[in-house]
Order: sequence, then structure tokens, then C-alpha cells
Amino acid sequence: MALDKPYKDIPGTTIFDAEMSRKGYHLNQFCMSLMKAPNRARFKANERAYLDEWPMTEEQKQAVLARDYNRMIGLGGNIYFLAKIFSTDGQSFEFAASRMTGVTPQEYRQMMNSGGRSPEGNRYVDEPHERAQAPATGGQVGGGAARHG
Amino acid sequence: MARITAGVCTSHVPAIGAAIDLGRTAEPYWQPVFRGYEFSKQWIARNRPDVVFLVYNDHASAFSLEMIPTFAIGCAESFAPADEGWGPRPVPTVQGHPELAWHIAQSVILDEFDLTIINRMDVDHGLTVPLSLMFGQPAAWPCRVIPFAVNVVQYPPPTGHRCYQLGKAIRRAIESFDEDLNVQVWGTGGMSHQLQGPRAGLINQPFDRAFLDRMTSDPEGLAKIPHIEYVREAGSEGIELVMWLIMRGALDADAREVYRFYHVPASNTAVGHLILENVR
Repeated sequence: MALDKPYKDIPGTTIFDAEMSRKGYHLNQFCMSLMKAPNRARFKANERAYLDEWPMTEEQKQAVLARDYNRMIGLGGNIYFLAKIFSTDGQSFEFAASRMTGVTPQEYRQMMNSGGRSPEGNRYVDEPHERAQAPATGGQVGGGAARHG
Repeated sequence: MARITAGVCTSHVPAIGAAIDLGRTAEPYWQPVFRGYEFSKQWIARNRPDVVFLVYNDHASAFSLEMIPTFAIGCAESFAPADEGWGPRPVPTVQGHPELAWHIAQSVILDEFDLTIINRMDVDHGLTVPLSLMFGQPAAWPCRVIPFAVNVVQYPPPTGHRCYQLGKAIRRAIESFDEDLNVQVWGTGGMSHQLQGPRAGLINQPFDRAFLDRMTSDPEGLAKIPHIEYVREAGSEGIELVMWLIMRGALDADAREVYRFYHVPASNTAVGHLILENVR
């Protein structure tokens, strides 16, 4: 029996399941190696040579060199592992998210400051396009503290 | 006997740790986040735990893809802050409580929850950011901490129901420990967020607010939320909220909410924070 994957119809989302984990094992383990400062230095000095030390596919290596995070995710990369690459580049999660969503870092931050990406229109791949264009709804932006009792 | 007096849940966004470490907490972007924890710092000064049982997840820091424990309990004497790619956070080493940790491990495993026992582990922002939010920047953390790591990186994480039941087993374990200790259980991570792919930046405020409400009004119902609902409604990383349910299971059914804070955004994430106290 095939594994149940009920999450396949969520748009713009790759669940790091057994299939992706097997596909991305060496890509992710390469990322893990960047947690050590000497490895970061060697990678920065010659990215291609460092990547060639790992049994990754050529496609995976090209995606790393291009810093194409969506492509890396499609090839089995997990975002917490890929974080080691953009940390090595001195970039934040926010920056990486802007790259993956195809907007500038400023536009991305503005979206987050306005309450983030609404789930409306973003739950199913086949939702009508009009809904995807609907403005964000829901509770107030910002927050609040409440002390009780 | 040891007793559980209170539970805390909080997001553990890494950028919050960076803001603290770089002295940027007073900046307009960060100020509302840290103001939301001022009550909490005063509360914990009045309700100082001897031990915090801290439920969190490792973010490819201690565990690579070589080994992926679903539930792992830290039984070491101490745990160093991890180098997550830009050097370790400048925070104190975490002092464990090996005697209580081993007691919990034995009790919970014989209670049919099969934990992985960890004797050496560095701890990343998932564990140290909540400590910073609650205790500020002391020279040493003011209590012992038992790290409890839950896999939420490799699908599938444990179910919310399993986490909730495990919380109950952890409570039985703690309450059978002979030493007179004030123990808090913390559940960290969440709330709605997605860090990956074209849907990154997803925030679902109605989902989050209902989740905060149901932590006291309907924890049994919360424990029944399936993974697909977390992922679809709260984002691929919103599934971290199952960790809050370990904390919830460890507290009394009628535990009372003494404080709540919710804020959007911190980096990519909706920040949620609750303090619950056992009434008796």
C-alpha cells in the first residue's frame, strides 16, 4: 500500500516526507556540514569544489550554486537544513522567504507587517483564483496582552 | 514529592534570540514583542521553578538526517548552546537535572512511551529563545532545565493526541519523584507559520486565537486536530503546535490561564504565549 499523502493538494508547500528525505539526504547532509566554521570557509572559497565532495546530483548542485531555494526544496532539501546555506551567506529566514515567494525583502516584510499571507485562497491548489486575490481578513494585526484572574 | 505548578507556552522564533543578543529589543519592530513578555518575567520571578521540563524541537542542529528521534529526553549534566551556522548564541550553558530526567525516562518508558535517551546534546534556539524570553539575560539560568526534543522536521511528527497522552505520562513520572521540587512544563514553537516555498509567510490569526482559547476550554478537542489541518490552516511549520499539547497534558484539566499574548509578526511567525497555572 502506498503511503497516504493528503497534503499534496496544498499550494506552494512541500512536506518533507519519506520520499523527499530519501531524495534530499546528501543535499541536506551537505547543508549540515556548514555548521562548522572551517567547512563554511572552504565552501565560500570554492563552492563548486566543495559541492563536488558530496554525492549529490548535478541538479542539486546547480540549485545550490543558484541559491534557488524552491528548486532545492523540490529536490529534497528541507528548510531547516537549507538555512545553513543562507546563514553562511549572512542572510535571514525572512530574506530566504522573500526569495521563495518571488518578492523583494521589503515587499515580504510589508506583507508580514500587514498580518502575513492569508489562508484564504491558499488552502487548496484548485481554489478559484478570485479567492487567491481576496484581501487578508481575520483578527486585528498586531497583538495584545491579557492578564487574567 | 515533586509537583507541577504551572505551564508556559511560547513561540521560539530565532530572530527573537538574535534581537536579544544584538541589543535590538527596543527597536520599533521588536518593542511590541518584548513588551508582551514583561508580565511573564515578573510572574516567573514570583513563581521561580526549581526545574523546567522544556519541550522544544531541534532545527537540524543536534540531529541531522542520520538519526531522527521522535521523542528525546536530555539526561546530561549540562547542554551547551549550539552553533547553528553563525556561532553559538551568547547565553549561559543549560544545567540539566539528570536524576529527575532519568527518573522520567524510566517511568515514561515503562508507561509505554518509548523515549530516546540523550547523554550529549547541544541545544539550539528552540530551547534557548524561550529561556531568554522568560528570564532575560542572566549570567546563569536561574533553574535546572530538562530538554525534551520532539521531531517536527521529518514528516510525520507525533500526533497531537500522542503528545497530549505523553504529557499525562510525564506528569505521573514527575509526581512520583521523591524530592520536593517545583517543576514547570513548557511547550514551545508555533504559532501559525510557514517558512518554505511559494506559500511562505502564511499566518492564520483566527486559527491561532481559537487554539489559544481551546488550550483551557477544550484541550481534549485540540488533541484531535490531524496533521493535515495544522499544515493546511497553520502552515507547514505550524505543526510545531503539537508540542504545546505535551505541556497541556501534563497540567490539570482545569488549569487556569493567567496570561496571554499574541502578536503578528516576528520575522515569519505569529508569536503566541500562554501561562497556565494548576489551581490546586
